[in-house]
Amino acid sequence: MILRPHLKDLKTIGFYLGKIILGLALTMLIPIIIGLCLGEVNPVFDFLIGIEVSVLAGWLLMKVCRTDDDLNWMQGMMVVSISWVVAMILGAIPLYLSGHWKSFLDACFDSMSGFATTGLVLVQNLDHLSYTHNLWRHLIMFLGGQGIVVIALSFFVRGFSGAFKMYVGEARDERIMPNVIHTSRFIWLVSIVYLILGTLALGITGIFNGMKPFNSFFHGACIFMAAFDTGGFAPQSQNILYYHSAIYEIITVVIMVLGAFNFKLHYHLWMGNRKEIIKNIETRALFATIIATFAIVAVGLAQKGSYSGAVMLFRKGFYQLISGHTGTGFQTIYAQQFILDWNQLALSGVILAMALGGAVCSTTGAIKMLRIGILFKALQEDLKRIIMPEKAVIIEKFHHIKEIFLEDKIIRSALTITLAYIILYGLGALVGMFYGYPFLESLFESTSAAANVGLSCGITALTMPAVLKITYIIQMWAGRLEFMSVFAIIGFIVATIKGK
Amino acid sequence: MRNNFKPFLIISGFILIFVPHLAFSQGLSSNELLKNAKQYDGKSIIYSGEVIGDVMSRGEFAWANINDGDNAIGVWMGAALAKEINFTGDYKTRGDVLEIRAEFHRACAEHGGDLDIHAQTLRKITSGERTGHKVDFFKIKLILILLGVLFLVWILSLFRRK
Repeated sequence: MILRPHLKDLKTIGFYLGKIILGLALTMLIPIIIGLCLGEVNPVFDFLIGIEVSVLAGWLLMKVCRTDDDLNWMQGMMVVSISWVVAMILGAIPLYLSGHWKSFLDACFDSMSGFATTGLVLVQNLDHLSYTHNLWRHLIMFLGGQGIVVIALSFFVRGFSGAFKMYVGEARDERIMPNVIHTSRFIWLVSIVYLILGTLALGITGIFNGMKPFNSFFHGACIFMAAFDTGGFAPQSQNILYYHSAIYEIITVVIMVLGAFNFKLHYHLWMGNRKEIIKNIETRALFATIIATFAIVAVGLAQKGSYSGAVMLFRKGFYQLISGHTGTGFQTIYAQQFILDWNQLALSGVILAMALGGAVCSTTGAIKMLRIGILFKALQEDLKRIIMPEKAVIIEKFHHIKEIFLEDKIIRSALTITLAYIILYGLGALVGMFYGYPFLESLFESTSAAANVGLSCGITALTMPAVLKITYIIQMWAGRLEFMSVFAIIGFIVATIKGK
Repeated sequence: MRNNFKPFLIISGFILIFVPHLAFSQGLSSNELLKNAKQYDGKSIIYSGEVIGDVMSRGEFAWANINDGDNAIGVWMGAALAKEINFTGDYKTRGDVLEIRAEFHRACAEHGGDLDIHAQTLRKITSGERTGHKVDFFKIKLILILLGVLFLVWILSLFRRK
């Protein structure tokens, strides 16, 4: 029997949503402090307005919906689903007020792109954007990468059993530590340590590249946040091409790959269990798919003959490939070059890499390596069944932190999410084609949005139809939350209509 | 007749020799360059725009990124040319607007396949300047109104508690 949601459910959802909004409001203090230090008056005003609206919304929700009840599964999922949409709207307020986004929809697009660590942009005149706003663009990637709810769990929630329900809702179904709040704090610890190291590495490289010291470290911090959280924003309109530096590219590749690893794997590496990186099904799958997809890209580029030397082909091909595979979206070529200089085979290789993604419980989007590994193992098991005698007992296992038996339940779960992603990629491509864009370009951009990558072949632009902008926003949101959000909202609507 | 033919021959010869290099002397936009990169590859072009970000010194050379309003393209130039740049564009500054005579590369072999421009000469069209941002009083009013609403909600919540 389906139970119809009651007012009490709505109150519980509203109360915890209010808490998360207040948490988000506090994060706006960071750009305000930076803006004050740099004397950027109007940008500080934009964030003061943003923080006031957020505090007002969060506070009102908490007062009106005051409750002592803990969250159940449905409520937890709903809180997460709605909080990402609310975060998009509140995060877009300071962006829109800057005047660099032509409409509030455009600001919402970039805000969702940031929170969902996608990296597609509609910002105008980015090269003259204030440091305050630029920091916010990258900060929302950092916050979204860890998970908006993870922030609330880490810093603003003292502990309640509903925490795990919200944690799972953000596509983080793996607990690194027994307590979900300790897990959230560990995720932050890893990210902050890498943030310091990454910013230092990129900052020093920037100085050697001839950048001003302040800009070097500011860019270093921004690029780190975008790379580790596999986001793909950059402070300048040329993205990584701005730096004209092979070393910068190498460092960002390392950070992107680190960002694509499972936080659980990071934990085991930190604890000295280095063998895990070799044994883990995800790293093995990642290694294999990088080689396979790069082979496709390399053959495509060689056929097209756009790059005269092997080194040039490798530098351009591998960077865009790894950027797509890890779900980052950094580019060292212009969007138009994907269409003009790359052939359909090379583009297909990148689309495939984007569709696959990185590890589960990382900051990447897409199908993810654990599921690909599981599906491969299932295929292997089926092949063995055909080859082996009928009476033979076939038991397949895979290694992911520990040895796990391959059960039908695991395979079904992996297949459901994989199928959901394929449908999402396809639906976005259909909308693109409806507006007259060619098939491969539509599929490229749609996969990039749904897999939270951010590589663009040129469709994402100010002039694209509003419906397509909304489609990509929904894709980014659904893709980041691994459909939990979609399932939760559908479930809630069904329960409201059919429930008793 | 022969005298009339001679200047024609000279002009034709001049065009045949120099056209590949001067065909784009009217100046090209970044969109034209990106769209027709193969056509302009290795050719001399004229490109104009505002210097943005940092001028990155690399020994005897430097990188400057020049934005024409649509896209920014990296320009590789000698350190002496780079010294002529005084302002680079950012939030508080409008950068120098330059006209660059340069060689265009769709995939530069010297720079790992980057699409770039190698400057030969540059001319400053307009000098950059610090741009003052006027304080937006509408935003101040909005901040005060929202602060008032927040205060009101706080007062009401105190009454409700009592």
